[in-house]
Amino acid sequence: MAFAISRPCGDFKTSYGADETIFATKTSLIFCVGGIGLLCLAPLVVGAYWLNLLIQIGYLGIAALGLNVLVGFTGQISIGHAAFFGFGAFASAYLSNRFAIPVFLAIPLAGIATTAVGLVFGVPATRLKGLYLAIATLAAQFILDDFFGRAAWFTGGVAGTSAKSLSIFGHEVIGDRQYFYVVLAYVLLAYLAVTNLMRTRDGRALVAIRDHYLSAEMMGVNLTKYRTLSFGIAAFFAGIGGALYAHYLGFVSIEGFNILFSIQFLAMVIIGGLGSISGTLMGTAFMVLLPELIEALAKALAGSPIDKALSLKEGIAFLKEMTIGAAIVLFLIFEPDGLAHRWRQIRAYWKLYPFSY
Amino acid sequence: MDVNLLFQLTLNGLIVGALYGAVGMCFVLIYKASQVVNFAQGEFLLIGAWTCWWLLTKFQLPFIVGFFFTLAFMMAFGFILQVVVLRPMIGEPVIAVIMVTIGLSIFFQALMKWIFGVFAQPFPEIFATRSIDVLGLQVRTVYVMSALVSIGIMGGFAWFFKFSRMGLAMRATAFDQQVAQSLGISVRSVFALSWGISAMVSALAGVVVGVANGVSSALSVFGIKVFPAVILGGLDSIIGAVVGGLIIGVLENVAHYLDSQFLGWGNLYQVAPFYVLIVILMIRPNGLFGTRDIERV
Repeated sequence: MAFAISRPCGDFKTSYGADETIFATKTSLIFCVGGIGLLCLAPLVVGAYWLNLLIQIGYLGIAALGLNVLVGFTGQISIGHAAFFGFGAFASAYLSNRFAIPVFLAIPLAGIATTAVGLVFGVPATRLKGLYLAIATLAAQFILDDFFGRAAWFTGGVAGTSAKSLSIFGHEVIGDRQYFYVVLAYVLLAYLAVTNLMRTRDGRALVAIRDHYLSAEMMGVNLTKYRTLSFGIAAFFAGIGGALYAHYLGFVSIEGFNILFSIQFLAMVIIGGLGSISGTLMGTAFMVLLPELIEALAKALAGSPIDKALSLKEGIAFLKEMTIGAAIVLFLIFEPDGLAHRWRQIRAYWKLYPFSY
Repeated sequence: MDVNLLFQLTLNGLIVGALYGAVGMCFVLIYKASQVVNFAQGEFLLIGAWTCWWLLTKFQLPFIVGFFFTLAFMMAFGFILQVVVLRPMIGEPVIAVIMVTIGLSIFFQALMKWIFGVFAQPFPEIFATRSIDVLGLQVRTVYVMSALVSIGIMGGFAWFFKFSRMGLAMRATAFDQQVAQSLGISVRSVFALSWGISAMVSALAGVVVGVANGVSSALSVFGIKVFPAVILGGLDSIIGAVVGGLIIGVLENVAHYLDSQFLGWGNLYQVAPFYVLIVILMIRPNGLFGTRDIERV
């Protein structure tokens, strides 16, 4: 029964192994491996525009995954994720420029440095919860953002800092096509790591804290340890994502890691589905593609009376921001469990089609 | 040591702090009545100020008329916002409700930028004299007005909660929703009305700031600055919001003074409240006047 082609209509698991398995059916395994295989072919097929979007989804998806561990699995809210993302970007650029550490190593090191910062700001999390924590992380966002502007030795100040390109064993990674594989490898590692984390005692402890922290504490879960740990994990993935972003663009400016970006991360997690690993990637894709869709729509409407009445061309940046806000509000009202839930429903509908029930 | 400058900055701090206090009270009103942390409080100021500016410049209405139209509009706006957006969220987890208000905040901020542009627009001149003499210091008339309005708002709130029927109903709802309901209070209308009043009074503050400094999206900063103030004072205390607002206002200006005179770091005054915020959250999350959360299992 370990591998069935399709899942039975109901929950008939008889062992813990069957409950914890990553791929419940052979079909899901085939689809997953096949999907990764197709993605490997993507740089050969798609154009530069789509490749750029795929890379964006990759590095943002890693950072959003960290946030989902924090918000979705541990139930701690953070409005300062972009600051950690930015810290990772600057840390990686700084390490590789200042100490001549190979970029290959600087990326994980940046992740670890960001973890340290995350743990510092995670200290309030041990005492606070819910909205108080939200406000504490809001403060962290402003303090870190201010630090970026102040610490010219670290960030290059207003001028920003350049980041070297990545090289692996003497082979320099040039162009989007090759960088795509690097990002893909990191995405696979990150998602595999978090999927496995959630199968361990530590992962279940995080979920227990989310569901009822008092009960969790009575069961012997150390709240302080796991809440801080969760902040550390979130910051680690944010740092990795930020580092990949830095070496992709080759330049990091102090602007942009603001509260709006933090909220975009939260939007990815919420739209994808809180506490869903695959949903995180869907949410990220949604949030990356939404502004592009708006842009395409505006282009299609260019010159039409609607365009003239609303002056779309000037307002496009604001329109994008508005759709982010509207997407958050609408998803929370109409689909609080996110795209992952919708996807499960679509699958359930087809499972026994046409004889559902 | 420039004592005169310090005195001037402290006075400024009190004036700005009184506004923080007034906005903080609106924030606390919503939190007390409907247990929602409103991240879109700053946008109420913004929308109110832009509406008033639009009425005044586009239709050339006299200030008083435009002002009352704005207040009526914002009352309706807050009311409708609660009914349409926040009411479906009742019973949802705290994170979801916070996120909805954050979403609203981004939405309205971008919408206002789209409609009115990103540049600050001055209000038409309202007062004939630009500045008057207070204790030997030249103070701009609008600042005096701002202080008076803030004090007026505070007095109004005090009267409302102590003596008016609706205010008492709100306090009862904040105390215990079920008990309030069994006494015949419509909790639904209390929720909606608290949003309406909060939006209206915030808009009042927004107009005051707009008259003083011009209207721009910088107004929504008040919605962020209100957090240090209300956390310091205690999230569920009206008095606390006022005291917290005054302290944060003065602190900001003192930080500015220290920065400009001794440290020379630049824009310390913008971050100083957030350092204070972290410290308060670490040592006393319930603030100066807030009620302590006691959890029973």
